[in-house]
Amino acid sequence: MAIAVRTRNLTVRYERVLALDGVDLTLDEGQALGIVGPNGSGKSTLLRAIAGLIAPSAGNIEVFGGTPHSQTPGTIAYVPQVEAVDWSFPANVYDVVAMGRFPRMRALAPASKHDREVVDAALDALRIGDLRYRHISALSGGQQQRAFIARAIAQEPRLLLLDEPTTGVDASTEEALRVFVRGLVERGMPVLMTTHDLERAAEWFDRLMVVDRRVLAEGDPEKVLESGAYAGIREHAHTHGHLRGDPQLQERDDV
Amino acid sequence: MFDALLAPFQYEFMQRAFVAALVVGTLCSTIGTYVVLRKLSFIGDGIAHASFAGIVVAYLRGMDYYVGAGIVAVLTALGIGYVTRRAKISLDTAIGVLFTGAFAFGVFLMSRLPTYNIDLQGFLFGNILAVSRGDIGLILVLAALVFAVLIVIYRPLLYTSFDPVVAQASGIPVALIDYVLLVLLALTVVISLETVGIVLVAALLVTPAATAYQLTRHFRRMLALSAAIGAVCAVAGLYASYYLHAASGATIVLLVTLVFFMAMLSKRLRRFAP
Repeated sequence: MAIAVRTRNLTVRYERVLALDGVDLTLDEGQALGIVGPNGSGKSTLLRAIAGLIAPSAGNIEVFGGTPHSQTPGTIAYVPQVEAVDWSFPANVYDVVAMGRFPRMRALAPASKHDREVVDAALDALRIGDLRYRHISALSGGQQQRAFIARAIAQEPRLLLLDEPTTGVDASTEEALRVFVRGLVERGMPVLMTTHDLERAAEWFDRLMVVDRRVLAEGDPEKVLESGAYAGIREHAHTHGHLRGDPQLQERDDV
Repeated sequence: MFDALLAPFQYEFMQRAFVAALVVGTLCSTIGTYVVLRKLSFIGDGIAHASFAGIVVAYLRGMDYYVGAGIVAVLTALGIGYVTRRAKISLDTAIGVLFTGAFAFGVFLMSRLPTYNIDLQGFLFGNILAVSRGDIGLILVLAALVFAVLIVIYRPLLYTSFDPVVAQASGIPVALIDYVLLVLLALTVVISLETVGIVLVAALLVTPAATAYQLTRHFRRMLALSAAIGAVCAVAGLYASYYLHAASGATIVLLVTLVFFMAMLSKRLRRFAP
């Protein structure tokens, strides 16, 4: 499988705070990689750096062999944890999802049949087709999350970055999301996603990474969880931040 | 009756004034939609005040006022954008710093002149009846340019107005779009100076769009409604000022303000309707 994302020694500093310290990460196409870690562990920073929103202080990021900024518009779809949008903005669900097409559309060109079909398909896939004319402020948390994931899908991205999409979402929405994301992965989409939900990590991801500024463990989700790397995070994080040296955990099950 | 309605049009300067009012009213309220949605209400005010320095410098050098105001307005707009990106301070703070500085520079230069014959009141409060044939040409060309760019960048401008972070991740050049919008705003302010003046131009940028926002929750409708309100109020305000023997800029602004409160009231009333 071709490599979608590779970071080497990725280090991000905000003023004096070290948010990420030497993260090496590889994501293949057709693979879902889960990132877990406590609050403030740099999970979101990792996604934002790969999305090209933050410049690394050291190290480098390769996306499909180039930099995040060298990608054709529409290549990377990023769904932030908290949408910092103005909820009173004059837009309904359809308008928001249709924005996903914008990076792919040429100036002045009207929306093509394909554009409309992709937007409709994204609405249907996230089961929000019947909400298309609803104003975004009239949506529940789960519906908002679905609308923003639908927008990401409408973009027809080659790489999907999801920041805690299951936080604050009801169980049925979470399950629908999981089935949907797994479907994308089976069809070859590389997905990088942060989560707090350890229990279902094995159902979501092909590989799991424990991050607390550094990579503490990485590999098969069940093995990583059994290793206790996550549970012991606060004790070990800053003194023995080299758990990834453990050969068992270092094993990668990418085929 | 009909004669009375047409009365203002018998003067050529009034014909020019109506063209200027229509174009400026439409342009300000169209770009004003983005100003309101991006919460940049302060910015038109800032650029207008800053351009005062350009007017004084142009006077000292014997240049066209439009050129002086235009250069300073565009530089201020770019400066505001740059300072916000680099210094990590909020946009309204950047505007507050830059526009008061530039305005003070204009006042400083002017206060050192032994005598001056700039029509100061005309620039502060507008003098639409003084719009010359050359001014109309300039207004039309610049307005056409601003509208054309707004149409070309319609989609990325809408996306970055709503969700700049995700737009940037998807590959839309957010910084470039922001700068282009600021330059368009600067040009809009400059061509509006003669019509409504430095002090009142912000009202034409903000009030029609804020009125449309009361009436619809749909972006394209808001854009169209705002443009229509701006155009109608500018022309109707000019008409009213002719018969009331009042300042045209102030009359236009009073009219859009009145329409804003009517829209707000009607929204309230509808909420209580069965």
